[in-house]
Amino acid sequence: MKNYVFRPLYVIIGLVIAVLIFREFYVPKDFGTHGESYMYGWHRKGNEEEWKAFKVKYRFDNEYCKDCHSDKYESLMQAPHAIIKCENCHGPALDHPSDPPKLVVDKGRGLCLRCHSSLPYPQSDRINIRGIDPDKHNPDMECSMCHNPHKPSLEGLK
Amino acid sequence: MITRRDLIKVSIAGAAVPLASAKIISAADTLFPERFEKQNIRWVFIVDTKKCVGCGMCVKACKDENEVPYDANITRTWVERYVLTKDGQVFADSPKGARDGFTGKKIDRGEKGFHDIKDEEIQKAFFVPKLCNQCESPPCVQVCPVGATYKTEDGVVLVDRKWCIGCGYCIMACPYGVRFFHPVHRVAEKCNFCYHRITKGMKTACVEACPFDARMIGNIKDPDDPVTKIIQNERIAVLKEEYGTNPQVYYLGMSKEVR
Repeated sequence: MKNYVFRPLYVIIGLVIAVLIFREFYVPKDFGTHGESYMYGWHRKGNEEEWKAFKVKYRFDNEYCKDCHSDKYESLMQAPHAIIKCENCHGPALDHPSDPPKLVVDKGRGLCLRCHSSLPYPQSDRINIRGIDPDKHNPDMECSMCHNPHKPSLEGLK
Repeated sequence: MITRRDLIKVSIAGAAVPLASAKIISAADTLFPERFEKQNIRWVFIVDTKKCVGCGMCVKACKDENEVPYDANITRTWVERYVLTKDGQVFADSPKGARDGFTGKKIDRGEKGFHDIKDEEIQKAFFVPKLCNQCESPPCVQVCPVGATYKTEDGVVLVDRKWCIGCGYCIMACPYGVRFFHPVHRVAEKCNFCYHRITKGMKTACVEACPFDARMIGNIKDPDDPVTKIIQNERIAVLKEEYGTNPQVYYLGMSKEVR
């Protein structure tokens, strides 16, 4: 057979080798099948650690808040709102008080209306929460002007 | 005319390439992974739809915790509202994924505007929180062409942000619609059961944020886990069982109208 028949073949072989060499350097060493099967476990193992290292923002630990804000804590624990975590309304504490030094709370009506806008839904516990019609119940006022969210009883309006 | 010498030369050259590649990409390593130690963790989730009041605190907490852009209409978890009227109609909505909860009676029908349903017309109405089902046979993982999404040994489906090429096959493949594009990282994004929290012994942000214990996460391989006990002893359902994905988010109080 003549040489010109083989010349394109050499080019192809060269390309294959080039791709394989590139692949050897480009694909991370921990890339492969990890876990139960090739179908679901073909990945870069190091990514699992990257996800584990993702920053936690919410502490969701009311005891953490207790030491400095004991008055708010004690009052809240007596109220039905004790089931709500501090950070639900005050936002993620992260490393408070160093970062962020101050937590901001949204005092708009929306926060309260999440639960206390009356919805007559019999198959949901929503119907058991005391609610108001936001269009009729003092529409222009902030809820916290009358109701203390840490002690929301109607008897002791602040 | 090919000589014996030429034939041998060509044969050796021809054989060298496949042999070299066999060394670099080992088929045996690919198809038969190393015998990993049997994990004793398999994360599962329970949603009690009867306890959900549609406050959306879970959605808010998830967006903050997982750095999902707050004002973009995308979310890893969301709450759906179903209202079934006495004349047999089903209305469902989830405005902004219920990030701000459900604060009014009107059903958000998108471009069709809002639909008002009178209280006396309501036959049934309830809320259904949704999140990634962390399927045992995840179709989103099967279709990934680059190995950027995968199932960990403890059963959570993750996305490798460095490896994802953003082709969107997984978003199309998920029957539950839990995947979306992350507009900042420009890769596929999904709920990962707050993998950074559960691997540190914490609970997911949505579970912690729920004041009514409508959400629970647990390890189904631990027989003493309260979640395992509920799955063993209560009447539970999963979403779209017919797709064969073997979803691992179990629902209490499920209804046939929920899709």
